Amino acid sequence: MKRARVIPVLLLKGKGLYKTVKFRDERYVGDPINAVKIFNEKQCDELIFLDINASKYNTPINFRFIKDITSECFMPLAYGGGIDELDQIEKLLKIGIEKVVLNTVLFKNPLFLEKAAKQFGNSTIVASIDIRMNLFKQYQIYSHSNCEVKDISLSTFIKHAEEGGAGELMINSVDRDGMRSGYDLQLADKISRGLTIPTIFCGGCRDLSDIRNLLTTTETSAAAAGSIFVFKGPHKGVLISYPSPEEIEEIYN
Amino acid sequence: MISVIDYGIGNLGSIVNMLKKIGVGSKLISTPEEVGEAEKIILPGVGSFDNAVGLLSKLDLVAAIKDKANLGTPLLGICLGMQLLGTESEEGKLAGLNLIPGKIKRFPSLPGLKIPHMGWNSVKSEDQVLFKNMGDNRFYFVHTYYYAPESYDHSAGITSYGIAFTSYIKKDNIFGVQFHPEKSHNFGMQVLLNFSRVS
Repeated sequence: MKRARVIPVLLLKGKGLYKTVKFRDERYVGDPINAVKIFNEKQCDELIFLDINASKYNTPINFRFIKDITSECFMPLAYGGGIDELDQIEKLLKIGIEKVVLNTVLFKNPLFLEKAAKQFGNSTIVASIDIRMNLFKQYQIYSHSNCEVKDISLSTFIKHAEEGGAGELMINSVDRDGMRSGYDLQLADKISRGLTIPTIFCGGCRDLSDIRNLLTTTETSAAAAGSIFVFKGPHKGVLISYPSPEEIEEIYN
Repeated sequence: MISVIDYGIGNLGSIVNMLKKIGVGSKLISTPEEVGEAEKIILPGVGSFDNAVGLLSKLDLVAAIKDKANLGTPLLGICLGMQLLGTESEEGKLAGLNLIPGKIKRFPSLPGLKIPHMGWNSVKSEDQVLFKNMGDNRFYFVHTYYYAPESYDHSAGITSYGIAFTSYIKKDNIFGVQFHPEKSHNFGMQVLLNFSRVS
């Protein structure tokens, strides 16, 4: 029986794990390798690691560190952050990364997506888009690495990503990031229905029933979240957690 | 000792890591001579069919792998590696290894069916070789094309995704799995452990 995925998204800065609110106010939450060991023990579906500063500050990808992470992992790992050259992707795949997440490069070099998909296979490439709402309640594409809103139609952009060969599309809701206010189901529904490729939605996850709503009322293929997997309680104490197989079963019943 | 073919593509790091975790020795190989000496072979693969066939040909590995398999050496193809065991693919123009005759086809366009098939799914199998000691299972799949064997005698496991397709093929000493055991936690470990015990 096929079931949709529940994916923790972990933000890397240097060698530390961080969590943000609305893509700001970075808070240190611990050692990534430790977190990976715990998620691995809990037989987590998949993990996404995003280096939040790589594109912004042009820092090189720390392959050795990523290899330490992958050696602890027996589930799929996706990595994103500063990828803009084909040989970086080749290196990442060789050290055990399953998929690469492309974001900034989609604007900086629009032809890169197609080249990467052709060389490494569509299913290796995830196109990631950050979305923000403006004062007029319209959805806009936002590039966090240079803090600017892009004047591109959202539906055109996601179609281009699919046609360009992305095997999967990841949407990050900037406004709901870290807020635990609930997924933007309307946005998730609109985007997932318009595409044939699987979609991953991230931003605002409140709890497991929120995940259930996302996965059962929209065509989203994977529910991604940060806060619910790294914090516990109203005071946001750091605790790495993941739903048990029974809790995940509950989502579909 | 399991020899994992390194021909430029595939999740080698993860395969070697998982084999290490279950206490099975492995090494990476890439020449016809090394294929000739191998006790057991894993053929990984990710990406496009023609690209993979091209890379294997460039390294002169096609005949070496076929000869070794025909001599009875256990061979396990993973994901694209499984598809390479077939005759031909709708994805490409080049010929596969044809070790287990079959055609590789694209998933049909069905309403709501997202392609590629990406995520966790189960395999229904009565097999007692790679699936020995396997109860309820789930494995990680990521593929756009699936294997349609010429003979259902070679279909050892079925998975449902829009359609029912063969996710595990077997012919004597030759095995192929569409899923990624190296990304499937303890379920994958059981498959690799069972493969290491094939004689």
